[in-house]
Order: sequence, then C-alpha cells, then structure tokens
Amino acid sequence: MRGSSVLASPLLWVSLFFAVLLLRMDELRPVLHWAFPGVEPVIYQRSSFFALFLSHLGLVAAASVAAILAGVSLAAFVTRPAGRDFRAMVNVVATVGQTFPPAAVLAIAVPIVGFGPRPTIIALFLYGLLPIIENTIAGLEGVPRGVREAAEGLGLSPWQQLRDVDLPLAAPVMLSGIRVSVTIAIGTATIGSTVGALTLGTPIFNGLVGNKLPFVLEGAVLVALFAIVTDMLFARLERWLRWEAKQVISGTDR
Amino acid sequence: MIEIDSVTKRYGERRVVDRLSLTVPAGDFCVLLGSSGCGKSTTLRMINRLIAADSGSIRVAGEDIRSVPAEALRRRIGYAIQSIGLFPHWTVEDNIATVPRLLKWQQSRLRDRVTELLELFRLEPETYRGKYPHQLSGGEQQRVGVARALAADPEVLLMDEPFAAVDPITRDALQAELARIHRETIKTIVFVTHDIEEALRLATQIAVMHEGRIEQLAPPLEILEHPASDFVSDFVGRQGLGLKLLSVRKISDRMRTGENAEGDPLPLDTSLRETLSVMTARRTDRLPVCNAEGRKVGVIALADLVR
Repeated sequence: MRGSSVLASPLLWVSLFFAVLLLRMDELRPVLHWAFPGVEPVIYQRSSFFALFLSHLGLVAAASVAAILAGVSLAAFVTRPAGRDFRAMVNVVATVGQTFPPAAVLAIAVPIVGFGPRPTIIALFLYGLLPIIENTIAGLEGVPRGVREAAEGLGLSPWQQLRDVDLPLAAPVMLSGIRVSVTIAIGTATIGSTVGALTLGTPIFNGLVGNKLPFVLEGAVLVALFAIVTDMLFARLERWLRWEAKQVISGTDR
Repeated sequence: MIEIDSVTKRYGERRVVDRLSLTVPAGDFCVLLGSSGCGKSTTLRMINRLIAADSGSIRVAGEDIRSVPAEALRRRIGYAIQSIGLFPHWTVEDNIATVPRLLKWQQSRLRDRVTELLELFRLEPETYRGKYPHQLSGGEQQRVGVARALAADPEVLLMDEPFAAVDPITRDALQAELARIHRETIKTIVFVTHDIEEALRLATQIAVMHEGRIEQLAPPLEILEHPASDFVSDFVGRQGLGLKLLSVRKISDRMRTGENAEGDPLPLDTSLRETLSVMTARRTDRLPVCNAEGRKVGVIALADLVR
C-alpha cells in the first residue's frame, strides 16, 4: 500500500525527470539539432549542468539558511515583550527588502563585495526575508493564549517558552513562509550569473548574449524543474507537519 | 501559608486591587469570590508574579516573593486556569511532567509521579499517559491540567476559574475530586470563581471581593448567616438562602445516633441539601447514615434539617 503511494506520487517522477536531464542532457543532442538546425554546439558545454546545479544549490542554501536564521530570530524578538516596539520597524525593513528588485541589490552590492557568489547571496537573503518573518510572526501569534499563560505560570523561562512551546506550535505556518522564500530564491538566483556566480542561469544568459536559443531553453527548464521539485518536497514536509499539528491545535483552543 | 499585605495594582488611574490584605493559613482552601472586574484574578496572578504589584508585599511560606527569581517561585506554586492550556504537542505524561522536568527530576521518579497523579485523578495511567490533549474530553483535560499543577508537589496551588468552561455534570465531578484531593494532600489552595455555589462547596474561607477590596472574609456558613454588608448579602443572594445553608452543612452536624431506619444509608459527609433531595426522591422523612467504612451509625430526619 505504501509502495504504491510512493510510485503514484508526482514528486518521484518529477525528481527522476530532473535528475535525468541534469546528468544526461547529451542524450537530447539529436532532438535539439533537429529543432535548432545550424546552432553549434547545441548543448551548453562550458561546465556540466550538474556542476551548475551544485553551485546554484549552494547559493540558495547559503542565502536561505541565513534568511531563516535571521527571519525567525527577528520574528521571535518582535513578538517578545522586550521587542514589541521594534515590530513596525522590522516589518518595514523586510518589506523594503522584498520590494527592492534583486537586480538593483546586485548593482549596489557588486562595487562593495565584488563579483562572484557574494552579491547574489546578499540579494537572495534580502529578498527571502519577508515571507519568513511574516509567517513566523503569524505562527507565533497563533499560539493559543491559554497555552502561553500556562507555560509562563508553570515557570518556563522566556527562552524555554519560545523553544519548547511557541516555535514547535508555530512550525507549520513558519514552514509555509520558508517554502515560499526558498522557491522564489531558486528562480531569482539565476540573475547571479550576470555578476559572475555560477548557476543554472549561466547558460540562459550565455545563450541570450551569444544568440543561442537552445542554451536558454536548457537552463530555463532545469531551473523550473529544480524549483518545482523543491516546492513539492516542502509541500510534503508541510503536510506531515500539519498532520502532526492538527491533532494538536483542535481541542485546546478554548 | 500566603500573606498578602496591603497590595495595590493600578491600571492607569483605576485601582484594580486596592490595598488588599489577606492571610491564607497553610492547608486552607480560600476562595476569592466576586463578579468579573472585581480584582480577584489580578490578586491571584500577583501571588505567582504573573502580574507585579505596584505596592505592598506578598509572602509565600514566609518568604517575600520578590526575593526569589520569578521562574523559581512559579515552579514552587501550582497553577491551573480556565483555558487549561495543555501543551497540545506533548502527551499527557509530558504535560504532567512539565515542572518536575524543569526541576530536573530523575526519569524514574518522574514516571512514578505521573502514574501517582493519574491514579489520584482516576485516569487509568497506561491508557492515558500516551494520549495527546485533543484525544481527551474537556473534563479529562482539566483533570490533567490540575494534575500538571500538582506535579512537583507545590506547597501552594492557585486556580483561576478552572471549572468554568466545563459542563455542569463534569464540573460537579471535578469539584468533588478537588475537595477530595484537598483533604488527601492538604495543600494551601487559592481558588478564584464567580460561582457562589462552587465557593460554598469548596471553601474553608471565602473572600468576597468588590472593587479591588475584600468585603468579607469568613467561612461559608458565616457568609450566609451574617453577611458583613449589603453587597455581600446581595451577591450571595437572598433567594434560595435556605438551600444554600443546607448545602454548606453536613449530615454529621445534625444526625441522631443510636437510632435506625430502613433503606440505603447516606455517608456522614453528605450535604443536608443532598439529603433533602434524597428524602424527596424516596418519599421518606428518615434516612439511615453510615460512616466511611459503610457501617450504619445513625439516622437523619426531615425535622433535623430545619432545626
């Protein structure tokens, strides 16, 4: 029963498709030749797609881990009594981070930190902060008042209240924010290639500059699949967490 | 023992608690009784420092509550509230073990204590310890809530309208259990309610509160028979006064020894109100009385109720 549900899951098939394309793009050479006659080479060669993927993954992971750490800490801080006054300010900063176009962040960051992966990580970090902060705040504020009062009244320290009660109960909502943030970061990371970071966007920009449409296609499909697979993984994690949490929230919120 | 000495709490200009003094001797069951906004919950929450008093002092077991860290103080004081606040992601066992775990008890001692408490509340330990709060009925959740408050064997137990949200039948059962647990464990309890019947049933002392002050502090019977002010007599209600008087007296106060009667005996600690109810239902004016071992020790007659 369990085996068949795994086989029926789109996650498995999409992941397989992604992996095969990533490792065996060469097999498509005849198809691409037929579709784009006269373009040579028809497949991006300067580095392997797998290497580009790893570099892309590294950038997104670095930026997202930083955004999660910063976002969750800030959200936790502004929902504590000591940080309540800073809440409006943190919201403004996060909103600006989100509305500021990542390309503009790159333009500002490059003169300061130079070319390479660093400006990209900064742009992704700023861009991904808002959904994490917003959802973490919503999750923390959704913890039933009685539960918080009991935690305090029983003698949990503020840190224990946060770690043992508030954050676990906020986790499903927090995870939705992280999911949005990471998925957007995977798509956005491609522009890092314009400032010298290696990503799956590199063939895209290379193809645009050199007028090689197949490169653009190859990069774009891989980036899209990467984002879709990641989103599906998060969806699964979320469903599992919510299932755990469902037995949890009902019945105590009185 | 709890000593509250001239404590005041202001919110803006309003004195929610106004120079209130109250001593609760060890082992007492003190009920703070009043309508909403009279300052009873605020008073309770100042005892475990969830709210800081503006002036005055509070001592628990002779120690000023400001001389110990708030968390250490709270771990020594049981706390149960109307919304219960069980941790939904923890099992019954983990919930009950909250404070002992904070106090770093050994695993085996912790487990034994949970078993002991579940038994005290008549929840079968092996069935209940692994359940999550959402799998329990409202009454069971509140039992676990009170068990959690008692877990580390605190000297003092604070309860803020713990039974206000459960249905009347469950409330009745929970009150009976709490009365039994108070007898068995001899805790000092401060209990907040707006329900006069609940106060009469549970309290050894009732503090009737109004506008941040105590209008009268007295045992239940005295509150009924000699209300100290018009407010108190209005609040406890002139209507049904006779029945309320019957509800605070027990068979043991009025029974006749050396006589006998037919039928199922009532225990000595049955309230006279319940006795009257049984007499009416059985269409009789005499009932036998038994002691805790179930042996008949005398008789209660209708005339004894109105003596």
